[in-house]
Amino acid sequence: MLKRSFIRLTKPRFKNELLPDTQTEPQKISTPKKVTLLLDNSFDQKEVFLLKEGDKVKTGRKLFLSKDSDTYVISTITGTVTSISPYTGDFGDTYTAISIVAGEEEEIDDEFEKYCKEPNLDVAKKFLACVPGNPPINLFSDPDKRINTIVICGVDSDLLITTRQYAVKSDIEAIKSGIHFLKKITGIDNIIMAAHRNQIQECGDTDIEIKEVNSDYPSTHPHLIMKDILGQSVPEGRSCEDVGVCFFSAEAIAAIGNAFNNGKIPVTKNLTLIKKDGSKMMVSTRIGTPISEIFDAFEVTLNEKDRIIAGGPMTGSAVFSEDYPIQPDTDAIIVQDKDSVKKVLDNPCINCGECIRICPAKVPINMLIRFLQAGQYGTAAEQYDLFSCIECGLCSFVCISRIPIFQYIRLAKYELRSD
Amino acid sequence: MFDQKKFVVSHAPFLHDESRISERSYNIMLAALPAVLFGLVHYGIPALGVVSLSISSSIIWEFLMNYVTKRPKSIGDGNAALIGLLFAMLLPATSPWWLVLTGTFVSVVIGKQIFGGIGGNPFNPALIGIAILMVSWKNFFDFDDALLNYDLGFIMVYPLAALKHFGVSAVDSFTISDLLLGRQIGAIGTTFGIGIIAGGIYLIIRGFIRWEISLSFLAGVLITALIFDLYDSTRYAGPFFHLLTGYTLIGAFFLATEDSSSPVNFIPMFIYGAGGGIMTVLIRNIGAHVDGVVFAVILMNIANPLLDKIRPKAIGKGF
Repeated sequence: MLKRSFIRLTKPRFKNELLPDTQTEPQKISTPKKVTLLLDNSFDQKEVFLLKEGDKVKTGRKLFLSKDSDTYVISTITGTVTSISPYTGDFGDTYTAISIVAGEEEEIDDEFEKYCKEPNLDVAKKFLACVPGNPPINLFSDPDKRINTIVICGVDSDLLITTRQYAVKSDIEAIKSGIHFLKKITGIDNIIMAAHRNQIQECGDTDIEIKEVNSDYPSTHPHLIMKDILGQSVPEGRSCEDVGVCFFSAEAIAAIGNAFNNGKIPVTKNLTLIKKDGSKMMVSTRIGTPISEIFDAFEVTLNEKDRIIAGGPMTGSAVFSEDYPIQPDTDAIIVQDKDSVKKVLDNPCINCGECIRICPAKVPINMLIRFLQAGQYGTAAEQYDLFSCIECGLCSFVCISRIPIFQYIRLAKYELRSD
Repeated sequence: MFDQKKFVVSHAPFLHDESRISERSYNIMLAALPAVLFGLVHYGIPALGVVSLSISSSIIWEFLMNYVTKRPKSIGDGNAALIGLLFAMLLPATSPWWLVLTGTFVSVVIGKQIFGGIGGNPFNPALIGIAILMVSWKNFFDFDDALLNYDLGFIMVYPLAALKHFGVSAVDSFTISDLLLGRQIGAIGTTFGIGIIAGGIYLIIRGFIRWEISLSFLAGVLITALIFDLYDSTRYAGPFFHLLTGYTLIGAFFLATEDSSSPVNFIPMFIYGAGGGIMTVLIRNIGAHVDGVVFAVILMNIANPLLDKIRPKAIGKGF
């Protein structure tokens, strides 16, 4: 898809995909027969759950496993709970997977409607934490983080994706009311919208400040938006939230706006589907839909050794099963044919300097990778700026030796943090 | 569960720009080809023998070392062949077979493999080979002696040796265009100025070498030679003479730019290149050796790890 250019006098530049003017409505998928929702809570066999297999649930119903737990998911279809099982994600994250098989007729749960008349932080926390776009609502009540600025990302965080840009184009009214509600419930007035140049007109009449973001990848990365647009830098190893800035995707804001306006919790997610031949389409589906249903609907045939990626091409994650459900923050599904799957190699670093030139965080990757390959994570962090990495994936992209640098970095960070 | 299709699960990023080590090695060899072919035309079959033996023996040494150290076979990346080619370019056409074999052994085994193979070598492997041969068998690197039997229709005197032994007046007869067009004697692949410059420009444009190193190396040579020339033009030759003779051009474009032994940060690249250029002229003008490029580059290789510590501050540092 993106090859090294023949002439390479300057460092290569990768453009974020801009939403075409001719973008049509997303193609809707019929309500799935089964959804799987991942609850961010490790599964404990001995525990007695409030939710049981065989329970009937309505669309928009809040599902949780125990009274004391804050975590919940919102049922996205009406049907019967068929299984509650453990699920392990990347880096050993544990979830509880709740599967629901669709019933005959769709009914909307009315619990949220009672509360939505008086929008406040508590209601948002209780009902809107897993709407499309995964808004980080819980941050506002976290005593360790004093959020004072909210950045709304109308730009997509990875290459090839246009999901958030589509939210800005199609749902600007909902975004406006979402901003209004967000100001009201959080009391934070400092809300900024990050948008590409071609989007500025679209979001022109929102009453918040709009800042232009360069379309060179990875300018849309939160750390770089902080640095380039807010002029603030985040100390190494800390998150943007630690210094009081939180990021909402345009889709999440629109979902909040729609929720309070309509009294219904949004359960439908837009995403960019990128097929094997590189063609892109917008798809609208319920959260929790297994990706196999999307592939069936759009005639994507999968073969042995193909690769399915949830998320963007630079920072997403490959999934091992067609049953993987769409998450609230799955902005894209990419399918790669087995012939275009590029293998990583275990060559040593040849010190060519490509990564140094392209790294937006100025990490000395040529030295760092030597220590990471030797397993010396401590030295890597102390002397070679491991925690300055903002995880954009460009170093692995340009690596001539095809070292999985990005994975080495994530592994090292994970190991050091779990110590 | 078990009849499910199996997918490739790997980690981000899922795209690659499709560059590879072999592409880099073969492009550098391609860029060196004009100069090598010119040498072959001038010096005939003996030169072809040296080049062929050098490349093939380098590959064999690398293969044997892979075998002995039980590591994956790395000859496919083309780096051993590249070392062999660069090494041959630095030799006189009449070098005996054992000199070539010894040189490639030193280059590949001592210069590269004992440090762990590609990327681990602190020095340019081809230069380590040449340096050890130059110190051990000095007479074979006396180009006037080595090329005694050739008459190619231009001044059959090695320009740098003439300068060293007979002073500036002895090299007055070399014009810049003669030197650029290869009307000088020397090592197989170092005499054809235009060819090397064209190869170097190709590599810079394709991004296979770092232009900062080449340009600052040439600038270092020019400026230092100019200062000497201005100081006393009866004792020291002019800057363009130094630029176009000996190993200067091949040093700037092919030797100093070796990936593993040169810096990658912006400012260090300039210091490294300029340091190499300055040392070259210092060794030529006031040192004992006829040509200084080999030792100048090796010296700067030593300084490389230290120089590369000069680097920009990473994001989020300094709180």
